[in-house]
Amino acid sequence: MVMNSIAKIFSKGNVPVPVSQDTNEINSIELATQRQLIWRRFKRHRLGFAASIVVVLFYVIVLFADFLSTAPPVDYAAARGYMPPQGIHFFHDGNFMSVCEVSGARNMESYLMEFESDCDNTQGISFFGKGYDYKLWGIIPTNRHILGMKDETVDPNAWIHLFGTDKQGRDVFSRSMHATRVSLTIGLVGVALSIVFGIFVGAISGYYGGIIDSILQRIIEIIRSIPTIPLYMGLSSAFPEDWTINQIYFMITVIISLFAWTDLARVIRGRFLSLKDEDFVTAARLNGAKTMRIIFIHMLPSFYSHIIAQASLSLPLMIVTETSLSFLGLGLRPPAVSYGVLLKDAQNVQSVANMPWLFLPAILVVLVILALNFMGDGIRDAADPYQEV
Amino acid sequence: MLNFLIRRTVFMFVALWAVTLISFFIINLPEGDYVTAYIATLQATGSMVDADEADNLRIFYGLDRPLYVQYLKWMKEMVLHQNLGFSFEYNMPVTEVIAERLLLTMILAIACIIFIWTVAIPFGIISAVKQYSVWDYLFTFLGFIGLAIPDFMIALIAMYMFFVWFDFSPGGLFSPEYVGVPWSFGRVRDLIDHIWIPMVVLGTAGTATLMRITRANLLDELSKPYVITARAKGMSEWRLIMKYPVRLALNPAISLTAYILPYLISGSIIVGVVLSLPTVGPMLVRALVAQDMFLAGGIILLIGFMTVVGTFISDILLLWVDPRIRLEEGAS
Repeated sequence: MVMNSIAKIFSKGNVPVPVSQDTNEINSIELATQRQLIWRRFKRHRLGFAASIVVVLFYVIVLFADFLSTAPPVDYAAARGYMPPQGIHFFHDGNFMSVCEVSGARNMESYLMEFESDCDNTQGISFFGKGYDYKLWGIIPTNRHILGMKDETVDPNAWIHLFGTDKQGRDVFSRSMHATRVSLTIGLVGVALSIVFGIFVGAISGYYGGIIDSILQRIIEIIRSIPTIPLYMGLSSAFPEDWTINQIYFMITVIISLFAWTDLARVIRGRFLSLKDEDFVTAARLNGAKTMRIIFIHMLPSFYSHIIAQASLSLPLMIVTETSLSFLGLGLRPPAVSYGVLLKDAQNVQSVANMPWLFLPAILVVLVILALNFMGDGIRDAADPYQEV
Repeated sequence: MLNFLIRRTVFMFVALWAVTLISFFIINLPEGDYVTAYIATLQATGSMVDADEADNLRIFYGLDRPLYVQYLKWMKEMVLHQNLGFSFEYNMPVTEVIAERLLLTMILAIACIIFIWTVAIPFGIISAVKQYSVWDYLFTFLGFIGLAIPDFMIALIAMYMFFVWFDFSPGGLFSPEYVGVPWSFGRVRDLIDHIWIPMVVLGTAGTATLMRITRANLLDELSKPYVITARAKGMSEWRLIMKYPVRLALNPAISLTAYILPYLISGSIIVGVVLSLPTVGPMLVRALVAQDMFLAGGIILLIGFMTVVGTFISDILLLWVDPRIRLEEGAS
């Protein structure tokens, strides 16, 4: 949770400095824009660059959650509850990819379903096969999915459950894809909101300085000295029962960003303090530019990169917060699907020990959080390689 | 120094006041008030309350008055009588319901801080002194993992591993025979036997943080001329390192504790739920779900107080440990 400040420490001694021998490259460095320079430095930060590829993959999931799903995320079938993950068989029975047929029967002692794979009968599956109907980005109606049954006459014993199913027989893989969409966009919206708060407070604090600065800094300190999770819990428990998923979704992002903007405000204030006596700011002031114009047109663009770096470090924090809240049952509620909602099923040790695949979404969470942290770290180093910690 | 003390004290009181405001706000957040909830409990047990009686009750509790009057009344009760209101779920005053749980939360937090210090500082020193050694890389790697995985996930993984490997589920802070009995020597020992799992789970992120900071600070110190001078004069290496640079590198360890504390308390809520600890966490979740708002507000208030006072104490500690702050403030 203390990642933002930590990443600063991690980055120390890890700073890529552009090295160039031949004159051509020197010239290109001299001619390169700020953005190109940052991009070059970022590419040299190997870990950050690799992490950013993982992050891009996750946001591809966000964009194509339905396309990647193999079953509708809310379709339940009690007869398929707690089905273990199915493997995909390659080059079997003349099919490039296929899944075994699975038949289930209820054990009358434990009342749990027991499944048996019948690998003599396989179902061919193919890329871009047909599945359930959905609208891509809410506009384009289609039924193509990344994996679908080759044979379109649906056999009742053939499903693709790559991550198995949960208690209600819902496909954990498809639910994970949709959870990724929800959790990662909550993070984005939350970060956008806290950037607005952060820039506003940070700019005022840093630009005016003096007593306004002191008061705002003390307020930030107070907010930071109060444990946030109990507050989030208190606030989100007050949502009325009849709220729709979208309302709850929106309010959660608002609540999270209500306290999360302080890190951003601090970074922005620091930049303003160090820039406000620069020549270009004085020049703008002497030319009669208004304060708001100086702040937003002259000063802010000169440290966009810092804002982006800080924002990408706040993103994992937001995702963890949302996951924690939903995990406790105080954030998003079913039928909404988010990482926290999925992991709520894995809260019970017994169920995890017997059905370890319920824990698979956790791997996604850890992966995306690690990747976002490394990427944010890389961006920050690239944005300002000479920054003192 | 006096200046610093006064400023921190004033700051602490302002922060405490902010916590009371937030808690009161949360208590009043759900629709309906104390009386609505009270009537609901009465109706659940079969007795009926008519509208007149409800209005009388509202006047009796001052719920017809404006919100700021209610706030002042609530504050007065709290300061003068240590009364935080009444919990419907437990049918007891809030303070009685949470007393032991709050104590255990505090014990867990302190245990965590001790764990963080005892693990992070030596490891941080080793990482710095043997920079780029196998140990350094190992600790760095573990630190990254510890930081990136959220607390409750570590708790889940720990539970899973204990269950699968040792066939026992780590839950609670006491063995069954010590639940809800008065404190005794045996109970304390039982607590020590049980507290280490939540302590390690909760302390991972803080340990990683502090380890990195100790390492970074020590690396800065190690390259300074006074270290080279002492080495040139023939001082033994370990004595030199422990005596001067480590002392300097420890200051951030203390100031960081103030910074970690809110995260630790936040984390303890979620870890408490996962590991079903008898701390305030699970109780807060239940109170919020049941809309037992005085209990929920009381818990939020008290853990807020705990954090603010803890931060204050670590500030004072820093003053005591770091002469530079003392002198700087004294001179100005």
